[in-house]
Amino acid sequence: MKKQSMPLIIFGALVIVLAIGLTLDPKDVPSPLIGKPASEFSLPELYTQEPFSPTQLKGEAWILNIWASWCVSCRQEHEVLVEFSEKYPTKIVGLNYKDTPEEAKAWLKQFGNPYQITVEDQQGRAGIDWGVYGVPETFVIDKKGIIRHKFTGPMTRKRVNDELKPLLAQIDKEPS
Amino acid sequence: MIPEIGHFFVIVGLAFAIVLAVAPMVGIHKNNSALIALAKPAAIGQFIFFLISFLILVYSFTVNDFSVKYVAANSNTQLPMIYKVSATWGAHEGSLLLWALILAGWTFAVALFNGKLPEDMIARILAVLGVVSIGFTLFILITSNPFERLTNVPVEGRSLNPLLQDIGLAIHPPMLYMGYVGLAVAFAFAIAVLLKGEFQMAWARWAKIWTVVAWAFLTLGIALGSWWAYYELGWGGWWFWDPVENASLLPWIIATALIHTLSISASRGTFQSWTLLLAILAFALSLLGTFLVRSGVLTSVHAFTSDPARGVFILIFLVVIVGVSLLLYSARSHLVTKSKPFKLASKETILLSNNVILVAMMATVLLGTIYPLILDALGLAKLSVGAPYFNTVMLPLTVPLALLMGFGFASRWIEDKPQRLLQKLWLPAVAALLVAFIAPLLLLPEFSGLAVLGLLMSAWIAFSALHWLVQKNPHGQIKPSMQTAGSVLAHIGFAVTLTGITITSIYSIEKDVRLEPGQKYAINQYEFEFKGVVQKEKDNYLASQGTVIVYENGAELTRLYPEKRTYLSQTMPMTEAGIDAKLSRDLFVALGEKLNGDAWAVRLQYKPFVRWIWLGSILMAVGGVLALIRRKTAAPRAEATA
Repeated sequence: MKKQSMPLIIFGALVIVLAIGLTLDPKDVPSPLIGKPASEFSLPELYTQEPFSPTQLKGEAWILNIWASWCVSCRQEHEVLVEFSEKYPTKIVGLNYKDTPEEAKAWLKQFGNPYQITVEDQQGRAGIDWGVYGVPETFVIDKKGIIRHKFTGPMTRKRVNDELKPLLAQIDKEPS
Repeated sequence: MIPEIGHFFVIVGLAFAIVLAVAPMVGIHKNNSALIALAKPAAIGQFIFFLISFLILVYSFTVNDFSVKYVAANSNTQLPMIYKVSATWGAHEGSLLLWALILAGWTFAVALFNGKLPEDMIARILAVLGVVSIGFTLFILITSNPFERLTNVPVEGRSLNPLLQDIGLAIHPPMLYMGYVGLAVAFAFAIAVLLKGEFQMAWARWAKIWTVVAWAFLTLGIALGSWWAYYELGWGGWWFWDPVENASLLPWIIATALIHTLSISASRGTFQSWTLLLAILAFALSLLGTFLVRSGVLTSVHAFTSDPARGVFILIFLVVIVGVSLLLYSARSHLVTKSKPFKLASKETILLSNNVILVAMMATVLLGTIYPLILDALGLAKLSVGAPYFNTVMLPLTVPLALLMGFGFASRWIEDKPQRLLQKLWLPAVAALLVAFIAPLLLLPEFSGLAVLGLLMSAWIAFSALHWLVQKNPHGQIKPSMQTAGSVLAHIGFAVTLTGITITSIYSIEKDVRLEPGQKYAINQYEFEFKGVVQKEKDNYLASQGTVIVYENGAELTRLYPEKRTYLSQTMPMTEAGIDAKLSRDLFVALGEKLNGDAWAVRLQYKPFVRWIWLGSILMAVGGVLALIRRKTAAPRAEATA
């Protein structure tokens, strides 16, 4: 083999890596919050205005879904969440991010409400603590209040079946 | 209607690019000079239409035409005019249009200033640039049309990312693109040489001019980006080894190597094959950088919107352009390379060694950048490679690079003697040793081996470069004085940057403290008094502005006003640091979070010599361009046919 062909060969290998890389999602890089205790907040419930904070759910696994009525991808994932909430008992807490209560309520009325509890975060304060950098994001919190997984971007049926359900089954077996 | 004209003109630009790519090649093949002559008007037409198209996009921004999706996504009515203009290239689609415009601009310049290159070479170069332009224009039209309309026109736009509402960032991308795209000229030159199968020494001089100009832009673009990150991101860091930063550093390193091999090819008529490979590589890395940044295969603080379709397109483009080039290289580079004998101790050896070191640097940075991708692709792990890796691997490469650089100035072509070099260079060597050991004792708070090493390298480069300048016209080599002076300035610039990096990395002090109004905190001889925070309202943002009085040895030095801004149309709070800048040190104050009561978390930093990093970059760019001036005076014609 000619030495002049070496660059071509190296380049070929690089292209293969890049091509595979394109099929993967780099956002799957674990969030630094995983394995850490869920960040505390106290926010009013959308309908009752009663304060809610994550400690109230200690001892059970739950899901925190960050959404907003102005967010397009939230519309896409919404029916997946509604479907999930109809079949599974795991509580989904909706964190309504930088939204108005009126629009949030109208939205839930129109598209269905998968949330047992919806809290208002109009200022986005709690969102910052949870390291939110794009809506929607979905966190899974275990019985001890530790964040176990973070989904960036919309939930899909595939993500629910391949990742969310096995994780919840595993958490279910752990002691509280 | 106007945005449609913009869109249409991009298509017209594409038509010109196709003529540019095809006509000269067919002309050369069929020996038809009329076809060859089409290259120049096609280059001019392409430039004009891209220019108008780009101006139309700028216009759409200035008149708040939110029916254009790209405008609605990146601008709003409250945005100050200057950022409406810079928002044009603030996101993906507009950046690409700017890319295409700059490429057309470089092509236009090549068509006008073709120097002494034979007509068929210029025609080939223009044709290759035309091919590159076709690729980018198709990319715009297929995946990233900035003129796309919205059916429901919003009343208000979403505004430009607040991070980008800054003068540094308004000019950073155009600078960087001038550099990236400018490397296309050297690339086109290399392909033209391979197609022709001939490489004359005078041509290397021509290629060097274009490469140096592109390199100077790239240098300034990178430095601007670093400076911007320093004062805008609020961390006080000036380089993060982020994939996007690395993407700009990779072609810079190779362009630096290329300039030096072009010098060898121009003065000695050898190393042609290596020169061509570097020219291909430099542009390939520009394209790779575009791929990494635009496809979203790597996560980065820059977090550009990513779209897999775009990634696929750029990858195909990369494969076509670089793959074909390397095939051509593999098949034909032996035709143009000449090996001329030289001894182990010679300027050739030194320049070649440093070239190899630069390529090794590029390879280690590239490896670190795509390592997460490789592991992920092999399904092994997901991880990110951070600064410790890069710092660890770059240090041992920089030391020999700096050492050899000093010898490079004084050495002779073909054959030199180590004894002669040592005899010549004892003065700069002793001076560098003195500076490296004495300066830390006098000026720096504590002794550090790495600081001595860094200063030794910097001083050695600077003194040996000056020594070269003072020893006028050594051993009968003909060097135009401006070329030497510019080159010396550029190398001193590198030494200045190296000094800045060394001292700021080792002696910076960084404190995150909780301060209540009236409370003070001292770093060295500086005392920072926190006076509290007031709320301010500006055009398009709300700010919590802190006041910090800085005392030096008890006397008031300055007042700094760090801010935390919330832009009305966005949600993310932004940090504006308060900075007191001096050549010898920066004092840097950034507001963190509000704590209980009136107390705030405040980040105080003392950054010695941090300005030197950017100052050195400016010297490098200026020196590089100065070295090109009046080079006509001394081009020895006799060598040209050697």
